[in-house]
Amino acid sequence: MKLLTGNDLKSGLVTWWTGKDWSINIEDAVDVGEEGEAILAAEQEAQRVNSAYIIDGDEDAGTPRPGHIKDRVRALGPTVRPDLTLKPNDASAIDKVV
Amino acid sequence: MYKYDQYDQSIVDARVAEFRDQVERRLAGEITEDQFKPLRLQNGLYLQLHAYMLRVAIPYGTLNSEQMKMLAHIARKYDRDYGHFTTRQNIQYNWIQLDQTPDLLADLASVEMHAIQTSGNCIRNISSDQYAGAAADEVTDPRPWAELLRQWSTFHPEFAHLPRKFKFAVIASEEDRAAMRLHDIGIQLVRNDAGELGARFFVGGGMGRTPMIGPMVRDFVAADDLVSYAEACLRVYNRYGRRDNKYKARIKILVHELGKDEYTRQVEEEFKHIKTLNLDPPKAELERITTFFQDPDYDKSASDDLDLSDPDFAIWVDQNVKTHKQSGYAIANISLKPIGGIPGDATSAQIDVMADLAKEYSFDELRVTHAQNIVLPHVKKSDLYTLWQKLDEAGLATPNLDLISDMIACPGLDYCSLANARSIPVAQKIAQRFSDVGKQKELGELKLKISGCINACGHHHAGHIGILGVDRKGVENYQLSLGGSGAEDVSLAKITGPGFDEDGIVDAVEKATNVYLKEREGDERFVDTYRRVGMAPFKEALYD
Ligand code: SF4
Repeated sequence: MKLLTGNDLKSGLVTWWTGKDWSINIEDAVDVGEEGEAILAAEQEAQRVNSAYIIDGDEDAGTPRPGHIKDRVRALGPTVRPDLTLKPNDASAIDKVV
Repeated sequence: MYKYDQYDQSIVDARVAEFRDQVERRLAGEITEDQFKPLRLQNGLYLQLHAYMLRVAIPYGTLNSEQMKMLAHIARKYDRDYGHFTTRQNIQYNWIQLDQTPDLLADLASVEMHAIQTSGNCIRNISSDQYAGAAADEVTDPRPWAELLRQWSTFHPEFAHLPRKFKFAVIASEEDRAAMRLHDIGIQLVRNDAGELGARFFVGGGMGRTPMIGPMVRDFVAADDLVSYAEACLRVYNRYGRRDNKYKARIKILVHELGKDEYTRQVEEEFKHIKTLNLDPPKAELERITTFFQDPDYDKSASDDLDLSDPDFAIWVDQNVKTHKQSGYAIANISLKPIGGIPGDATSAQIDVMADLAKEYSFDELRVTHAQNIVLPHVKKSDLYTLWQKLDEAGLATPNLDLISDMIACPGLDYCSLANARSIPVAQKIAQRFSDVGKQKELGELKLKISGCINACGHHHAGHIGILGVDRKGVENYQLSLGGSGAEDVSLAKITGPGFDEDGIVDAVEKATNVYLKEREGDERFVDTYRRVGMAPFKEALYD
């Protein structure tokens, strides 16, 4: 699957394209398929998100999973600060990144 | 400590106002990211892996308690309650919001701080010896010179768009505590046979993907000519440094390709020309600056006696306390490397504690070191025990300065968008493996440095043991190297062979230390033994 990601202009937080908007939760991300470049161009125009790019991913138990570790770290948060990740109470979340 | 005059303050205030306007226009969609990016970078604002990251300049690593308190306030108000002290003696915050940045910069400006010269192809924040003004071995205090260079370089129109970033270090002792030879320009203040002050100039050092040790281009530049000579070095670089290839754009490549002699010839020619232009800063300005760096009001009758009956205190003193030039006083190092912690990180509460302790026990002064620790430079020996107790209460009394767990580690893939692999978890695992202080002390001085990519912010080339994170088909892998040093015995580490996975690299470090323990003679440090016996026994232990 193809995922579209970037960083929110105002907060800088990692965001994922949900089909009609952006979300900080990768669970909300959709497969952009062949549409990625067109959405990217439109969104660049809208200027809500910075440095957006398309990545490869697959699905893991119904949740999109980025193919590269860098994007998996982006999707969760710093692995060395579980308290600052998006899943502070899920002890297994970091193992899934690595 | 230096105090801003009205010029310093007005240019910093004007910059905040200008950036406020730029941020508003960006948020309103009036300028694109391509237009905005160079503007935010000129104000230290990067876009990193998880959010915006702001790097705040700490000129030559020196700050007072009020400024340190402000760093804590910023961590609390604008970030997630902590900051990360860097190998450039700066601090960075990992979770900054763009719309709040102008207010943050205004807060910084209220205590004579800013984030200028922490990004972009300009002369970056000047670094120096963290013991400046306190060290027994310095020929003079290097900070007035570092400050003069700061003023000269800030918004220098000719050097605002260099081929690449440019880093200075200024020291004034034979012992190099600032990795001076691994800077674009390293300046060592010295006295000649006649007792006159001048400087050795080393040009073209650096780490990154092509590490080089800066050769000496002049063994004595008269003190009055120091800025003009630096200007000449920069001018030749600005003229001929490569702008077509980012990876060949640093001055080290120019010096290497021209050869030291030809580069020096051109600098000398340029220097002669500059001298005809009367560009030297007025002597009165250096004198004005120097008045801010007078010795504090030491108690000359302070005693050198120290009660070491508390064994934990004795260990801390032995490891973290260094000789001061004034009898009755000491230099206290605060390690930001607790076992299992994140090297260089401190919470806002810890930053506050260090600020308060500096005010109470160190004439209101603190220093940040390139090894990501904090120094209280002027502590009365009779205050050391109380100071240590208060540090201990705040989790700041780890007695490991220069030991294996006092690692330099860059943010790596946990925070940095350029990273190939995570550095911090490796640092944590190694620290845990060697958590016993006795074991660490048995190994003695051992500088271990970890970078998450070839950019080498974690100084791995200069580690007695260096670790570089690489990306092997999407999997983190770690290369081990041995024999580097950023000190006066400067050398570049050599790769041992194929890399290791995350657990494998921890084992590899332990194996390397075992070879050292077996092979060492007398009071050799790890790096001394490596230099004597060479790579072979280490390779054998690592790969056979
Ligand atoms: S060395 Fe690489 S990973 Fe580490 S901070 Fe520098 S750029 Fe980032």
